[in-house]
Amino acid sequence: MSLVLIALIAVLVGTGTYLMLHRTITRIILGVALIGNGINLLLVGSGGPAGDAPIIGHGSSPADPVPQALVLTAIVIGFATQAFLLALAWRNWTLDGNDEVEDDISDRRLARREPDVVDPYAGDDADLEEPR
Amino acid sequence: MGPLVLLHLAAAAVVFAAGRHLGRRGLFAVALVAPVATVAWAVTQVGAVLDGATPAERTGWVPSIDVALSFRLDGFALLMALVVAGMGTLVLAWSVAYFGADQPIDRLVRFAGGFVAFAGAMLGLVLADDVWTLFVFWEATSITSFVLIGLDHDQPSARAAAQRALLITAAGGLALMGGLVLISQAAGTTSLAGLAADPPGGTVVTAGLVLVLVGAATKSAQVPFQVWLPGAMAAPTPVSAFLHSATMVKAGVIVVGRFAPVFADLGWWRPVVVGVGALTMVAGGIGALRQHDAKLLLAHGTVSQLGFMVVAFGIGHPDVTAAAVALLVGHALFKAALFLTVGIVDHATGTRDIRRLGGVGRALPGVAALAAIAAGSMAGLPPALGFVAKEAVLDTLLHEDDPWALVAVVAVALGSILTVAYTARLWWGLFGAGPATERAEVHHRPGPVLVLPVALLTGLTLLGGLFAGPLGDRLAVAGEALDPHAHGHLVLWAGVTAPLAISIGIVVAGAVLHLVLRRVGGVPAARVSGEHVFQRGFDGLLDGARRVTAVVQNGSLPAYLAVVWLVVVAGGVGALATGARIGDVGTVVADNALQVAVVAVTIGMTIGVAVARRRFSSVLLLGGVGYGTAVLFMLHGAPDLALTQLLVETMSLVVFLLVLRQLPEGYAAPPEWAPRTVRIGIAVAAGLAVAGLAAVAGTTRSEAPVADEYLARSEPEAGGRNVVNVVLVDFRGIDTLGEITVLAVAAIGVANLVRAARRDLAPDEDEDPLDAPLDDGPSAAASDDPTVAGDRSVIFDVVGRGLFPVLLLVSIYVALRGHNAPGGGFAGGLIAGGAFLMRFLAAGTPRLARARPLPTSALVGTGLLVAAGTGAASLAAGQDFLESTIWKLHPPLLGEVKLVTSTVFDVGVYLLVLGVVLSVLTHLGAGPGLRPVRGGAR
Repeated sequence: MSLVLIALIAVLVGTGTYLMLHRTITRIILGVALIGNGINLLLVGSGGPAGDAPIIGHGSSPADPVPQALVLTAIVIGFATQAFLLALAWRNWTLDGNDEVEDDISDRRLARREPDVVDPYAGDDADLEEPR
Repeated sequence: MGPLVLLHLAAAAVVFAAGRHLGRRGLFAVALVAPVATVAWAVTQVGAVLDGATPAERTGWVPSIDVALSFRLDGFALLMALVVAGMGTLVLAWSVAYFGADQPIDRLVRFAGGFVAFAGAMLGLVLADDVWTLFVFWEATSITSFVLIGLDHDQPSARAAAQRALLITAAGGLALMGGLVLISQAAGTTSLAGLAADPPGGTVVTAGLVLVLVGAATKSAQVPFQVWLPGAMAAPTPVSAFLHSATMVKAGVIVVGRFAPVFADLGWWRPVVVGVGALTMVAGGIGALRQHDAKLLLAHGTVSQLGFMVVAFGIGHPDVTAAAVALLVGHALFKAALFLTVGIVDHATGTRDIRRLGGVGRALPGVAALAAIAAGSMAGLPPALGFVAKEAVLDTLLHEDDPWALVAVVAVALGSILTVAYTARLWWGLFGAGPATERAEVHHRPGPVLVLPVALLTGLTLLGGLFAGPLGDRLAVAGEALDPHAHGHLVLWAGVTAPLAISIGIVVAGAVLHLVLRRVGGVPAARVSGEHVFQRGFDGLLDGARRVTAVVQNGSLPAYLAVVWLVVVAGGVGALATGARIGDVGTVVADNALQVAVVAVTIGMTIGVAVARRRFSSVLLLGGVGYGTAVLFMLHGAPDLALTQLLVETMSLVVFLLVLRQLPEGYAAPPEWAPRTVRIGIAVAAGLAVAGLAAVAGTTRSEAPVADEYLARSEPEAGGRNVVNVVLVDFRGIDTLGEITVLAVAAIGVANLVRAARRDLAPDEDEDPLDAPLDDGPSAAASDDPTVAGDRSVIFDVVGRGLFPVLLLVSIYVALRGHNAPGGGFAGGLIAGGAFLMRFLAAGTPRLARARPLPTSALVGTGLLVAAGTGAASLAAGQDFLESTIWKLHPPLLGEVKLVTSTVFDVGVYLLVLGVVLSVLTHLGAGPGLRPVRGGAR
């Protein structure tokens, strides 16, 4: 794999990770997409050096077709995943008017050592302040 | 032996299931069957075992890991079986009278069922030869004990005591299990007899023995685990008499007795075991002197006596072991008798407080006399068995040339002085002169059923002492079962010897101690009770767990994600540290000049995605990154990937923008879980870790690639020249089938999320926008949203209408040619989706429904069915799943046409991908201008 490709993979994964560590779902989706691109490049690059298209009669030194087949479905699944995450973000917006990942309420109760920690599913959550 | 254990369990099951209908006497009769049968069986075995027979039986349980139900009846096991079954019979019979007719039947059912289940577990424990059999029954006694201590589960104190006992004994059970694993693995056998015959050694065995001893110490209430036993007195008196004095608490002593002869010569064994036992003996004695409740006094006395037995069994000298057997029998007899006596007094007066009792002796002279004999045995007074046994232990200890034997003698002497004092305190407290005021009165006299078992136990105590010689000869067989070198003999009168002198000293000192304590008003109550310390520790444990959880499970998903990434980084660092190297394939700076340029631009856009302040810009930049990636695929020699990536990127961009219309323009700045520098640090580390992986993985190949084989087989076997497509639809067709299923599931997920959201959003809109009538004019769909064509663009509309059929044709062509040239079902499906997308954008929102030829879910389902059906058809034709068949047809005009069945599979992929794209577009594209239920951060 060429060094510039490795550099790009590093930037894609690093930036993607940075975005995924945010609370905004839009940014998380962007991060997932960037990491997906980085990992797809990694897989294709790991198969071997660049070459001709792996089509019989198309060239003498074909690139490895196996990671290509692997990545092809990964690209399409990435699209479906992204659509699903967008639907989640939209659903979140319809409920809360934002697209932010909130902290788990029962975990926060536990952290604050409130008495109802025994049964996180009991009671009404509405009276709790908006957890962040 | 197995059937007898089963008989107990069956009796318990019957009592639990049908006890309510059996009535009080009925259920006790059922419960009594098992111990009575066991006594009868044990008596028939006495002759054979005394002659040296050791009947054994083994039933496989988990043969693959050598776990078996294995029983062996040696002398000691028979003795313990007699104690368990005999005591069980007597105490259960006594209980019939103890629990009056006014008792709720449910409580009796729980008592009798738990009692007989415990008796079965205890029987299994004493007969066990296999360590796993031992462990299983050990745990069963802990659980039945828990049930019995918590018999009155409506009382918080009983529940707390039961929980405490279970926590301590179950923790010990865990330690025991670990120890047994280590020892039996080291020994290569799970048989206790096998262990004794060929003991293993080494560090592992030492660790195992320490764990076993911890288990024994918890069960037999040794310091510092003794706190559960006094609390266990929350159970009714018969339970205390049977479980918590005569049988269960001896389980630890039994294990010590089985292991000590084998392992006592290890250097650390005697200091540890004798030290713990001695400490327990003294601590229990002092505890007993503090109590006012007669039952609690006896409980602390039991702790002390258990310490005595651990010393005697644990020191591991053969003759002491033999004497210890007599000690164990003697204790079982007198302690059960005394518990039952306390029960009788409690039953007669309604109290067990020795400050209010006293004078009961005048009302119940017979009981007082029986108690005096039993108490004499406990205090070590002749001619009771307790005296004979203690003399034997002292005598054998004094004959050993071992400093720890001397330590043991001193400990026994000290403990016995305390024992004499608390025994005196107990008897005079119950039957002595008593207080002048508030004296408890005898309300009803005990019937014969209550007194008879006590008389029997006391009589045995006395007979055992009087006929010490013959008894000693019988008990010697039990001692030999533990240690072949043990030669026990008991004598009532051995002449004036050192042990006798010590005994006289003990009794005198104990009597003086008792009198002094009466004068000064007794030992004050402990400032800190063991229960209190345990509870503090237990609460602290829970609190600590809560604190740890609050830190590691703080509820922040980004924080969890950070942990995941840090583990990835740690994995990379670990791999590099342990020798992963960049391989010898060599690495170049760049494959060609264009690659450098594209990478540079893509890196710039990638960083732009992160720093963009508006969602719109970052999404556009993301599209740019995707196109850059597509170009890089092309440059690498992957035209299929490049094509797919271009199509997907375009489609994603549109979908993203469709959703962005709903969301605020800029990013809100919610409080983050960690400072920016930390997040950037994690991100940089993650990027570097994956780059390291890429550098190593991309340059290290140890096996020949399968690609060569695929390239060779592609055309002759699968009839295709595009190897990527052949891999997808033929060689790895099942993988692809799985992957398109994932697509289908994702589409269903999107559809359902959107439908659920729409239900919330549009309570006043009766109709689904997708189901709006087709002749709805374009003006009705007008939108003021700038990101899509709000008012219809006539030009776009016309071009779109014209291009639609062309694009559809192109998509079919791309899908069908995919077997031999870049393309295929995925690319074709995406192009077809693009055709619909154009109509969609041209027509404005959300009227895609007009152009939908089929319901999207039907398309998805049909595609999946066609793909799976191709595989099923080849199966039906007697081939492997998804195996290709090639037909060469020669229709007129067209020349040779080659048909491959995998093309049908690709058609399925095409339909499914088209369905997924349409489903996503229609669901995410529909319904602008809706407002959220809460908030509304527009």
